Amino acid sequence: MVALAAEKLEELKEKAARIRYDIISMIGEAGSGHPGGSLSIVELLTALYGYILNVDPRNPQKLERDRLILSKGHAAPALYAVLAAYGFFPCSELRNFRRLGSPLQGHPDMRKLPGIEISTGSLGQGLSVANGMALAAKLNAESWRVFVILGDGEIQEGQIWEAAMTAAHYRLDNVIAFLDYNRLQIDGPTSEVMSLGSPAEKWRAFGWDVTEIDGHNYQEIIDAVERTRQSKGRPSMIIAHTVKGKGVSFMENEASWHGTAPDAKQLKAALAELTGFQKEEHRDE
Amino acid sequence: MNEKKIATRDAYGEALVALGKDNADLVVLDADLSQSTKTAKFAAAYPERFFNIGIAEADLFGTAAGLAAAGKLPFASTFAVFATGRAYDQIRNSIAYPRLNVKIAATHAGLTVGEDGASHQALEDIALMRALPGMTVIVPADGREAYRAVFAAAEFDGPVYLRLGRPKVPQITADIPFIIGKGVVLREGDDLSIFSTGTMSSEALKAAQILAEQSLQTEVIHLPTIKPLDQELIVQSAAKTGVAITVEEHNIIGGLGSAVAEVLVEKCPIKMQRLGVRDTFGESGSPAALLEKHGLTAAHIAEAAKALKQ
Repeated sequence: MVALAAEKLEELKEKAARIRYDIISMIGEAGSGHPGGSLSIVELLTALYGYILNVDPRNPQKLERDRLILSKGHAAPALYAVLAAYGFFPCSELRNFRRLGSPLQGHPDMRKLPGIEISTGSLGQGLSVANGMALAAKLNAESWRVFVILGDGEIQEGQIWEAAMTAAHYRLDNVIAFLDYNRLQIDGPTSEVMSLGSPAEKWRAFGWDVTEIDGHNYQEIIDAVERTRQSKGRPSMIIAHTVKGKGVSFMENEASWHGTAPDAKQLKAALAELTGFQKEEHRDE
Repeated sequence: MNEKKIATRDAYGEALVALGKDNADLVVLDADLSQSTKTAKFAAAYPERFFNIGIAEADLFGTAAGLAAAGKLPFASTFAVFATGRAYDQIRNSIAYPRLNVKIAATHAGLTVGEDGASHQALEDIALMRALPGMTVIVPADGREAYRAVFAAAEFDGPVYLRLGRPKVPQITADIPFIIGKGVVLREGDDLSIFSTGTMSSEALKAAQILAEQSLQTEVIHLPTIKPLDQELIVQSAAKTGVAITVEEHNIIGGLGSAVAEVLVEKCPIKMQRLGVRDTFGESGSPAALLEKHGLTAAHIAEAAKALKQ
């Protein structure tokens, strides 16, 4: 494994800090949205767009690009903030999140915003779509890959396991899924709402290569994706242990912050915690 | 009408094989019913472009969406009841909402599934698909039209629901191109209009024959595209005859009858009656016995038409 250069690591951390700030600002301004599961995938998305994915913000429809599918579409604020941070559209758009006429819909809409590969929002559907894209890549003998982010509550949907079988059956080693394993869903801990058992054992039993990582550690994320190159003929599942609400002390590990916007006072308190970057540089440089 | 009867699903299978020859992007998916839906023909001809997804309809349509998003032209098939029922949300959110170029070719629609009974008889699929923004809904009458409809659907950029049947049906359409959104005048008449779709159009034609013997000149308009509907043709005929009957192998709620009523009530309100399944589930029985029970034979149609005209 190649150690991440110190400079690159700093750059990713700096980006992530801005992205967290943007996520909370957007949700605060909109007065609704899903902070918990957005904050838990910030490092995953930052590592993907900042280091892993072969994508070009100036040519978002480039044919042989890697695809990222946010199957847990309610974490749209994280995806929007990351896409804006990497130049897919102006950061000034973020303030229109969830407003009438905005391309930043409550859940991602591929027809309204560049960089969105498929519209999501109804849970459980992204992995099937990823498989379809991966089959297309194989048919075309192209080397691009499809990355999918699944929520842990989301894998309670039966379609996920249909798709898990399909990916293994068709030997889709160009599908790489992340499980945002923060152990909370709207109604509470997944262990109380609907136990997941051992996700690692389940995915292995379905024929996937499985790794478990700290989903907030860039080196681990990048190493895990690098290792998937060796998964010949098998799809990869990277189980990312994460903290729901990561980065805002009073939101961390609280199911109640799944789909609630902070009020004015909470917004101020949250933003005060998220100041590890130079805000002046941030706006559409 | 001496031509051999063939099922619309058989024509679909043949059309896929023909289409696949020149269109390398054509891919076909099925959910363990390829022998019945006739996609097996394509699978035999182009195995590398056929994907059996197993008994998993949600995944079937999701996978088709992904293939379309990556530039392929997927036709995904299963029985109509499973396509529109089990996978409604996938069709809604992964196909129709993002306007992906997926063709949903659903076979075994309507009562004429026959002996398998209510669990397998889709009688609400047109209603479900018609209510989705941007979905094109096509219901061919016979093999020749079904074959051409498959080509038309493939050329059209956007989601299409193609409703196909199980039984062999008579050839009634002429040797004409299939144009999405266009109705077909099968017979002209001044006294009343019958608007029909799918397999019911041949019964409607026979009903017109019966009515002619009783000096009622019936206009029979076959509407193979239920969405977008040929409003102009419907209004033109309704304005001429002043009496409209709709006939479909579907619940009278939400299908062709509803679609025609929506047009007429706003643009040309006339006397009208919807014939179809009257808001019940189906049951086991031979296709002929089921059509008889639900009043969907030429004799029943003629009787209803005559009563309405008086």
